[in-house]
Amino acid sequence: MSAVIFFIAAIGALAGAFGVVMLRNPFYCVLALVGHLISLAALFLLLRAQFVAAAQVVVYAGAVMVLYLFVVAYIGEADEPLHRPGGSLRILSPLFGLAIAVELCIAVLGTALKGINTQGAPFSPTFGTPKQIGQAFLTQYLLPFELASLLLLVAAIGAVVLARRRRGLDDDGLDARLHARLRPAFTGTMAESGGIPSGHIPEGQEVTIELPESVGASSRSGERGARREGDW
Amino acid sequence: MDIGWYLVVSVLIFCIGAAGVLVRPNPMVILLCLELMLNAGNLALVAFSRMWGGDDGQVFALIVLVVAACEVTVGLGLIVALHRRQLPVDVDELNELRG
Repeated sequence: MSAVIFFIAAIGALAGAFGVVMLRNPFYCVLALVGHLISLAALFLLLRAQFVAAAQVVVYAGAVMVLYLFVVAYIGEADEPLHRPGGSLRILSPLFGLAIAVELCIAVLGTALKGINTQGAPFSPTFGTPKQIGQAFLTQYLLPFELASLLLLVAAIGAVVLARRRRGLDDDGLDARLHARLRPAFTGTMAESGGIPSGHIPEGQEVTIELPESVGASSRSGERGARREGDW
Repeated sequence: MDIGWYLVVSVLIFCIGAAGVLVRPNPMVILLCLELMLNAGNLALVAFSRMWGGDDGQVFALIVLVVAACEVTVGLGLIVALHRRQLPVDVDELNELRG
């Protein structure tokens, strides 16, 4: 019985992985990855890792994939052309993947590890339960746990900083204007995205910077406002 | 099923992901292929955890999950920034660091 479930889940996982690489539309790629992740969760359940399987489905197939779908919808990318000018690398890279596959299979199947040909350690009722994992996290692995939370915080702040809105600089003539003038004060800051208009200079502070004509453009956006990005 | 079978599946998923990173020009799909590779690593970790009967592999798999989520966040932030600046979302054409 477990062999049947294993093969179904393994075929699902491999098909999902192939779908991610082969499908042309990024939206379908994300959906293929969701199928792959759910099959992988079934494999985790077969390996008696209940908590990891649940986390995989909830965090990965739920939250992270929704983030992907939002970005795919935001960018609205069309299908890629099937045949790109791109030369030998596109032919060589599948061969490269095949070479790694053969090498790793030789390494795995030719290993001297005795346990690899068994069904694993003897059954224990507490193995892989949330209680056991939580205990390991909060006692033996406390430092990695805290570091992971710090890493999540850093990533969240980094994403906000990277994807923030640079009003007054998002335009077609960006390059020319960047070369022609200095960057105006207080554009592209987080204070600006919080509502302070671009080019706003606090009183009592002497700043002599030439401001581009787009500063304060929200009142006369006119013809440009139609395609300005991220103007909610 | 023997543990070796799980490892073989993990190897195949990793190689598909690695080939995908090399083949696809769209950075979003490259991020998806990185997810595939990280998941292959996760599967191997959980399989070895089952082999030894210890929880350590599963704890590490969860940490890998967190790291993958962080990588996705930053990567998607970069892609959104690219799109905002009306640069092509294509790794073949993005070959300079100057914003």
